[in-house]
Amino acid sequence: MPAEGANPTLTWNLAHDISQVLEYHFMINALLAGSAVAVLAGLIGWMMLVRREAFAGHTLALMAFPGASAAALAGVAAAWGYLTFCVAGALAIARLPGGARGSWREEAAGVGVVQALALALGFLFVSLYGGVLGDLEGLLFGNLLGVSDGQVLELVVVGLAVTAVLAAIARPLLLSSVDPEGAAARGLPVGALSSGFLLLLGLAVAATSQVTGPLLVFSLLVMPAASAQAITSRPAPALAASVAIGLVVVWLGLAVSYFSVYPPGFWITVVAFAVYLLSRLVAGASAGRRRRGVATGTSGLRAPAASRAA
Amino acid sequence: MSTSLVEPAVELRDASVRLGGRTVWSDVSLRIEPGEFVGLLGENGSGKSTMLKVLLGALELQRGSATVLGRPPGAANREIGYLPQRPGFGAGLPLRGRDLVRLGLDGDRWGLPLGLGAGAAARRAAARDRVAGAIDLVGAGAYADRPIGECSGGEQQRLLIAQALVREPRLLLLDEPLDSLDLPNQASVSALVDRICREAGVAVLLVAHDVNPLLAYLDRVAYLAAGRAVAGPVEQVITSEKLSDLYGVPVEVLRASDGRLAVIGQPESPSHHHDRHDHDETHAHAG
Repeated sequence: MPAEGANPTLTWNLAHDISQVLEYHFMINALLAGSAVAVLAGLIGWMMLVRREAFAGHTLALMAFPGASAAALAGVAAAWGYLTFCVAGALAIARLPGGARGSWREEAAGVGVVQALALALGFLFVSLYGGVLGDLEGLLFGNLLGVSDGQVLELVVVGLAVTAVLAAIARPLLLSSVDPEGAAARGLPVGALSSGFLLLLGLAVAATSQVTGPLLVFSLLVMPAASAQAITSRPAPALAASVAIGLVVVWLGLAVSYFSVYPPGFWITVVAFAVYLLSRLVAGASAGRRRRGVATGTSGLRAPAASRAA
Repeated sequence: MSTSLVEPAVELRDASVRLGGRTVWSDVSLRIEPGEFVGLLGENGSGKSTMLKVLLGALELQRGSATVLGRPPGAANREIGYLPQRPGFGAGLPLRGRDLVRLGLDGDRWGLPLGLGAGAAARRAAARDRVAGAIDLVGAGAYADRPIGECSGGEQQRLLIAQALVREPRLLLLDEPLDSLDLPNQASVSALVDRICREAGVAVLLVAHDVNPLLAYLDRVAYLAAGRAVAGPVEQVITSEKLSDLYGVPVEVLRASDGRLAVIGQPESPSHHHDRHDHDETHAHAG
């Protein structure tokens, strides 16, 4: 949403367009905050998808609703509400029967229960609060264009802290995600790693959804990571690609929204979806190539067997 | 280290395990020498996986004693390659077989291998070489760089064996590695484990419910049934007499002309024996 007065218009001069976008402090803060969210969500989102915990991530993102309404009811800063409910949600999901290494279906049902309960609590808090809860649209979609300097700093600090912890536990977490029994046999605290990852996810979501809203943080958690996974199965390049895609998506979405009448959350999600579609096409083409390669390889191997039979 | 030549890889003496109030097996004695290939046989539910958990130190013995590589169970896990029984990897897992093997090498290390300088680069190269060596050893080079979920069951099993081998363990514990493989793959994975056992001098305890793919390779078998076990060479253990005695009901072992064995007449499930009380009650209520 451009400032009052003359609407900014897109020109063919890219440098001029970029300088238009960077003219306002609120746009710079939006780009900084969006970049911090993209890096954080790109890294933690990749691990979330490997662990098949997208539903848990979605549920934690929605904790923003009871969190914000409880904070309004209690008369404290919204950040405390987000933090309390995201951490409580992460702990609740971590304690579900089955857990990360139990039956996936059982776990999904448990996460669904937590999500339904959280939303019901949110409705309760809103009705107890009585008054109109400020800006419901802002609550769901965030307000990237109204980010304060303090919020930018907070996001960068949380982003660095969560990334550092994630890096420290990355390999044991990955091993216990793909091979929980083998990891336990090697002395890794599989249960603690699982709960710890949910807590990290909760913290990351609590910090970012105040700015981006729960819906946008979820699309940034899922789509860049899913695109990266479609492009490559190598962990390190996939993490780099996930972060890079997230950054490009946020920057492009913000820039387009600056020249458009539609909000940034919409554009960022649309660009992310376009990148995801593109990456699926690339993945489909390379899988097809691989299959054809395998087919010729097999027929090459079969030739001697056939001649032997003859 | 000089004692490692004489100390057994595994030694159980008069061991008993209780799980959930039920004795899974009792008075089991088993000794596996270094470099020996031993099959652990028995019906589903006879406590084969339980025995692996005991050897890994995840379950306490109720009675008797156990040593693994000369130490109490659990103390030598870093020198054990363990392949749990698990469903295959789904197509969605965004990892290559090579990454899986790499996790076997240093997946339990905290932090990231980000060191700079010649030493760190040399360590990284050495780690890559060890992963490549393990992949070569199981003959998985052709598909190690494909997404693991796109590999067939036999290919996944070879990569998992490479993962268990990459740290050059002295003991391999393989839980049903032949399960869910077709017959040609059962034969080739059996031959692979035998080759690794002989070439690398690793002791192997392989859990299976069908002995036939392994007949040509096993040094000895341990057969678990009805809460007890017998161990010894295949031809001495899998006999009508021994198994009838073990199960407590007449069991017949037939040998086909190609040497394959068939066990006929064993109770459907050994847990049936322990559950009989419950069954009787059910019948009493029904009647």
